[in-house]
Amino acid sequence: MINDITLKDHTQERRIFLSRLLIGGIIALLLVAFIISRLIYLQIYQYEFYSTASDNNRIYSQSIAPTRGLIYDRNGVLLADNKPSFNLTVVQENVRDLDASIGLIQGLIELPDEEVAEFKQRLRRRGVPFSSVPLTFALSEEEIARLAVNQYRLPGFQVEAQLVRFYPLGAPIAHALGYLSSITEEELRSLNAEEYRGTHQIGKTGIERFYEPLLHGQVGYETVEKNARGQIMDVLDRTDPVPGEDLILHLDSKLQLAAWDALGDYRGGVVALDVETGGVLAMVSKPSFDPNLFVAGISQTAYSLLNDPIETPLFNRALAKYAPGSTMKPFIGLASLDYGVRTRDYQIQDPGYFILQGDSHIYHDWTWWVTETGHDLVNLAKAIYQSCDIYFWDMAIDLGIDRMAEFLDQFGFGKNTSIDISQASQGTLPSRDWKMETLGQPWYPGETLNSAIGQGYTEATPLQLATATMVLANKGRWRQPILLKRAGLLSEDIQHDSAIPDISLQNPDDWDFIHQAMQDVVHKDDGGYRNNGTAYPYIAMLERMPYHMAGKSGTAQIIGMAADFDNDLEVPEQFRDHALFISFAPVENPTIALAVFVEHGEGGSGVAGPIAKTIMDAYLLDEQGDVKQEFLVEPEIIPEQQLSSVAPSLEAL
Amino acid sequence: MSSSAFVKQLSGDFNNLEKRLSIWEKLNLDLPLLFAIVVLTGFGLMVLYSATDANQADMRRQIIFIVLAFIVMFIVAQVDVRVMRRWAPLMYVISLSLLVVVLFFGSTANGAQRWLDLPGLPRFQPSEIMKIVLPLTLAAYFSRRSIPPRFKHIFWSLVLVGLPAVLIAMQPDLGTALLIGVSGIFVLLLAGISWKLVGSAIGAGVLSIPAMWIFYLKDYQQQRILTFLNPEKDPLGAGWNIIQSKTAIGSGGLYGKGWLNGVQSRLDFLPEGQTDFIVAVLAEEFGLVGVMLLLVLYLAIISRGLYIAAVSNDMFTRLLAGSITLTFFVYIFVNIGMVSGILPVVGVPLPLVSLGGTSIVTLMLGFGILMSIHSHGKTAFRYAN
Repeated sequence: MINDITLKDHTQERRIFLSRLLIGGIIALLLVAFIISRLIYLQIYQYEFYSTASDNNRIYSQSIAPTRGLIYDRNGVLLADNKPSFNLTVVQENVRDLDASIGLIQGLIELPDEEVAEFKQRLRRRGVPFSSVPLTFALSEEEIARLAVNQYRLPGFQVEAQLVRFYPLGAPIAHALGYLSSITEEELRSLNAEEYRGTHQIGKTGIERFYEPLLHGQVGYETVEKNARGQIMDVLDRTDPVPGEDLILHLDSKLQLAAWDALGDYRGGVVALDVETGGVLAMVSKPSFDPNLFVAGISQTAYSLLNDPIETPLFNRALAKYAPGSTMKPFIGLASLDYGVRTRDYQIQDPGYFILQGDSHIYHDWTWWVTETGHDLVNLAKAIYQSCDIYFWDMAIDLGIDRMAEFLDQFGFGKNTSIDISQASQGTLPSRDWKMETLGQPWYPGETLNSAIGQGYTEATPLQLATATMVLANKGRWRQPILLKRAGLLSEDIQHDSAIPDISLQNPDDWDFIHQAMQDVVHKDDGGYRNNGTAYPYIAMLERMPYHMAGKSGTAQIIGMAADFDNDLEVPEQFRDHALFISFAPVENPTIALAVFVEHGEGGSGVAGPIAKTIMDAYLLDEQGDVKQEFLVEPEIIPEQQLSSVAPSLEAL
Repeated sequence: MSSSAFVKQLSGDFNNLEKRLSIWEKLNLDLPLLFAIVVLTGFGLMVLYSATDANQADMRRQIIFIVLAFIVMFIVAQVDVRVMRRWAPLMYVISLSLLVVVLFFGSTANGAQRWLDLPGLPRFQPSEIMKIVLPLTLAAYFSRRSIPPRFKHIFWSLVLVGLPAVLIAMQPDLGTALLIGVSGIFVLLLAGISWKLVGSAIGAGVLSIPAMWIFYLKDYQQQRILTFLNPEKDPLGAGWNIIQSKTAIGSGGLYGKGWLNGVQSRLDFLPEGQTDFIVAVLAEEFGLVGVMLLLVLYLAIISRGLYIAAVSNDMFTRLLAGSITLTFFVYIFVNIGMVSGILPVVGVPLPLVSLGGTSIVTLMLGFGILMSIHSHGKTAFRYAN
């Protein structure tokens, strides 16, 4: 009986257990099926996604920034170099307490809170753990030393080297070269993003900007396998970057510095051109700025200093337009001969003032303000070397504004004729059409008088004046101004045909006539007062010159003077006239053409003239004060000589 | 069929059996189970070799532990488990005492006090012992009580389960506490506890989740669950493990990248690739095919374990074999589930594959018990006849 019950219980118990075991087994199978479906989902359906994710984890195509091309002057002097700079970078995963560490660093080196905020933004944007993020740039040697001493307290922080631009000559050449600075968001949008992966800076002005595509080179790539700590385990593929082209400029750094020094404390601009090629030998704007400031990242205070409203060191005066004043006279004089409006011998009697028919205004010559007299009998040559306004006013009535504009247009006024100086102003070349188009007003005869002496609407840049002087020296043969001499140390000089037609005169002897008149501006001494060149007392009279220099002064009014103005009074600086001087030399074999602009310099002949002469001397004379051999011989064999003089100094680099 | 004929046939069968009694049966070893375990540990070592980047020290240690574990299994298989039924209460008390001791004198590692250094003994985790002792104790408890259990017995058995679970949770080692609790619950379920009770317990559990979340779970535990729900929220921090392990599994595809070619672990993207996340390495290198092979091996072990439980002839060994087998399955499910992103991350190694000696020894001890149940059960029946 008992046995029965126990037996029955056992069977019943076994049945219960087996059913429970069966349920357990079924649930286990269902859960395994669930796992398998999950695996099928991950490994079959999501395979592409995770396969890509896995490759993205480890395979990095990192771009290798190309080394930027260097810039040399015509004699192989390095103007723009690449120098190692040191940044402080952070690998966040290795840092114990980021804020405490940054606090410690702020006690060691100068690190403003704004920089820290920018760094934190960069830190948030980084994609991979264990990648290094720059905290601050351009550490000084002292800062590096201070960080090195405290390295043990700063795990995860590291000083890393990087190549950055360096301009050894600094401010005097800044406006010609331009500078590199950080790429802005806006620039990034218009750039080829691929080419600039890994590059942080871009040329902002000058050569650095214009030849950006040449200087930059081609980005390289490296496909690497990285582990989770960002260490490179293997290089899978590599395409080397192509370094940027080295550029050799026409610029002569010695002449550039001479022009910079010649300006002294004046503000102003100088452009010197090689008459043979149109190459820019010097392009100075003063005051200037240290371009290296922009490379390192300029501070707010330093930048506000550069925006001084009077000094405006960032403003390139060599490329800005000003009233050219009497420097226009040789060109307009040539126009009167070519159009047959005047002959070389035609004379006028100059009383010191001019009355335009139907105009109540009395136009005074500059002599009027000095002695209340005129130049007496004046022909064209004298009108140039004595800078007689009356002659030009009288002639301009016959020439007319449109013919004047047509003729001056051939010399490049009113447009930018340079090949690689894109930031140059176009100036203003007024005509009837121009005035109607621009101002919607008819032309008044009085305005022709102003234009005849480079005042009124007429505006030209020092670059344009130098260019026109070069064409004049070349007797009409055009060469467009260009900074670049050749790209690549071993390549040939760039040859470019001028896109602007040469100027041919009815009578080619008129070139020599104007050359002579301009030579007289500097050298004519016979006849004493009122019969010498305006610049003679300031240039040729002071010392014997071993070469002949042709020139023309200009003194451009900022404001009109009242008729009863007392000439002995001191004029406040901002109302003083601008002083200009154009010149070329040697007259017999023109080599260099020059335009000097002196802001509020007052005297074209007295202030700008001597500056021009100093620059000429620097270019033409050797240490003994004699004209250099190369400027005495015919220009045909010059290129070979220049090449051999450049080559050794380039090799030395 | 008459009862005498039945007995005759049975004894005939057993006579035949006795004649063909193989060397394995003489050694009390279950050949199908042994075969599956050997293949699995071999496969596991292959994966581990890749996962540790051919680390000699790790491999040597693991092989030593596996050999040791096989010896433990062999020894346990020689002992008739039924003998242990009598000793179960004492073993339970000793194990529970050790869990108390570890709370006060245990050595701390990774913020939890789990290890015990007793003089003259190797360093060990008392919770590992409890993994075997608790099912043993409960099986012994219910084998003497009526099936299905009465409410009173259920209550006391829950106390038996609860005490060690709470002590282990205090270390804190929530994962192990839950798994030990589960191994105890399995005994109750197999003993026929009514579904109504199971249902209301699950209901109460679900309802207590908010209270558990607020009052019990620590910050890091809450974080793990939040991460499980949305790993992309913090891909470089808390979500990193699960994202990288899913990437490893998914990028393996159908056939895998090949042995030793798993980049996720080789390049250290996959953390814990040798231990808890080793199945991701396997999935990356051997693909879906490889994981299926692993699952087939596990299912072979589990089905053999369930078979042993089913054919066992007394309630103690039935419950014990059933609980050991089902708990083994839970380990597999929880581990693969967390690595493939269907469960939150709890620190559970992949049985017999993950690097780590103690868990392998405990598991093999369990398999030794299964073999003992099967082998000695047959002999017991034979002797009974």
